[in-house]
Amino acid sequence: MSILINKNTKVITQGMTGKTGQFHTEKCQEYANGINCFVAGVNPKKAGESLFNIPIYASVKEAAAETGATVSVIYVPPPGAAAAIWEAVEANLDLAICITEGIPVRDMLELRNRMKKREAAGGKKTLLLGPNCPGVITPDEIKIGIMPGHIHRKGRIGVVSRSGTLTYEAVGQLTEIGLGQSTAVGIGGDPINGLKHIDIMRLFNDDPDTDAVIMIGEIGGPDEAEAAQWCKANMKKPIVGFIAGVTAPAGKRMGHAGALISGGADTADAKLAIMEECGFTVTRNPSEMAKLLKALLK
Amino acid sequence: MKIHEYQGKELLKKFGVVVPRGVFCSSVEDAVKAAESLGGKVWVVKAQIHAGGRGKGGGVKVAKSLDEVRQYATQILGMQLVTHQTGPEGQKVRRLLVEEGADIRKEYYIAALTDRATQKVAMMASSEGGMDIEEVAHNTPEKILKVFIDPADGLTDSQARELANGIGIPADSVAQAVKALQGLYTCYMETDASLAEINPLILEGGVDGKPGTIKALDAKFNFDANALYRHPEIVAYRDLDEEDADEIEASKFDLAYIALDGNIGCLVNGAGLAMATMDTIKLFGAEPANFLDVGGGATTEKVTEAFKIMLKNPKVKGILVNIFGGIMKCDTIANGVVAAARETHLSVPLVVRMKGTNEDMGKQILKDSGLPIITADSMAEAATKIVAAVK
Repeated sequence: MSILINKNTKVITQGMTGKTGQFHTEKCQEYANGINCFVAGVNPKKAGESLFNIPIYASVKEAAAETGATVSVIYVPPPGAAAAIWEAVEANLDLAICITEGIPVRDMLELRNRMKKREAAGGKKTLLLGPNCPGVITPDEIKIGIMPGHIHRKGRIGVVSRSGTLTYEAVGQLTEIGLGQSTAVGIGGDPINGLKHIDIMRLFNDDPDTDAVIMIGEIGGPDEAEAAQWCKANMKKPIVGFIAGVTAPAGKRMGHAGALISGGADTADAKLAIMEECGFTVTRNPSEMAKLLKALLK
Repeated sequence: MKIHEYQGKELLKKFGVVVPRGVFCSSVEDAVKAAESLGGKVWVVKAQIHAGGRGKGGGVKVAKSLDEVRQYATQILGMQLVTHQTGPEGQKVRRLLVEEGADIRKEYYIAALTDRATQKVAMMASSEGGMDIEEVAHNTPEKILKVFIDPADGLTDSQARELANGIGIPADSVAQAVKALQGLYTCYMETDASLAEINPLILEGGVDGKPGTIKALDAKFNFDANALYRHPEIVAYRDLDEEDADEIEASKFDLAYIALDGNIGCLVNGAGLAMATMDTIKLFGAEPANFLDVGGGATTEKVTEAFKIMLKNPKVKGILVNIFGGIMKCDTIANGVVAAARETHLSVPLVVRMKGTNEDMGKQILKDSGLPIITADSMAEAATKIVAAVK
């Protein structure tokens, strides 16, 4: 078991024929069961052709109908990315993973409201991971996204983070001390996104193959605090928490569009305090995330 | 991206929000001429810089004669205006806005921003205008009213009336306040702003039984950098004088750079890891000199530029490079670091920590270079080593 995806997941790649899409599709295909997982690409102009032996369809709907795929990964450039996510939603997929960085916030705002309205009206709920995220990996089964596959090992620790390289950092530390990962999830650095920390913590809590979780956050927004409160009441597994940005000055966007301190509650210190209060083992030293987690397992 | 008050008022006017008549000037003579052409007996001379708190810093003056306009314009133009948002060195004033004076009866606050929690646009309003809104939010949060808007519906009449009534706008001016609120909301959406704030929004006149006028006396905007590609009219407002020269230089090479106050320069791939690296430096007893994210596809050229930008800062006494190689390979980065150290004749200690793809090749390249590069296996070790090296 794992969360969100496993070796039997069938994936459509939107934006597969672009430079980024091609590069990463090949890497995903090479990883574990990738050759059987990546079953379709979408590009209306290249429908009927194929790339890396993956057939290209004119639309997500058609690709899903032909292949039975239930997940899509999106590399479409920012101006068309929100529309690409919507296409995946309208095709009733289970999960859309948007890697694209730099989507206008207004596009995401309009999209999220449309998605929620569709769900409220009884439409199928398509989960969205991202945008501006590295994707998700279940080691030795399937990798969907841009993370380096080789640093992962199969195991029983969940990892969730807004940041790409900080997720790799946690995974690298875990692997180094002999702890594998059940699933590692990058939820992305944008202010308006899909799945949040709380959603991933719920999934890890319910996953019989996850024993403990590293939850990594950063400055800006209420998500980590919300997840911490939920965990306090519900989480049955130990959690190590880290928040990046103790040294970040207020009012400056620190690379990620969502990483901006605008009020008191979204500083790293405030979030660390809430997480600690909610029973997390928090650290201010990101080099010891895995070590702390190992200690909790004993 | 931020813009000036006078530019913000131009935008507001386009969207039907009433603003005082005013003229943008860059010389004392222009300021006096502007006051003459505006007429009246009272003018406001306002420094145009991107930071808030201008009034308290002495950058906003009310003039009651043309002589006073001249006097204040002379004082303000060219001054280093220090506010709580500029830092201690202040910001040089290069531009002025000269406006007709306003007969302020009451000050309010209105703003639009994107609320992450509800994923809607929040329209906020308060009766406590003219004050630092963060203080109001902290001390008397009940005095800030909010409505949440689905962009598909827009700010409805009834929502806008709820806000206007809630903050105590007199009944005969509510229609005007609704127009101001809806104008601000539409402006926010149409320009892809990330913050649009009018503080204060004022009630002017309204004596002798006549309804008063609702006017925007200030305008503060911030725009979503991701959406600027579709707003050439907003990009045209960009004032490079107000931005950090090194940050602009960095952005040309697609590097996210922010100068800070410490003495350890850091170069990292990924925003989250970059912040974590800065935090680790602090944890081990020093302060970071900058935030610098080289992104996912760093080339030798990019790394060299990153070194040059960091080293321009005279406070930098040492550099920490922290790379988690994924798609970006450690050997590529190592070659970049070696080339950059040579080209910049690096004279401060350099600690490099590399993990991930081709880690061993990267370390070998650093070793073979013959340069005095200190290597480390973890962030903590790297921070310990650089902190020791600069002491």
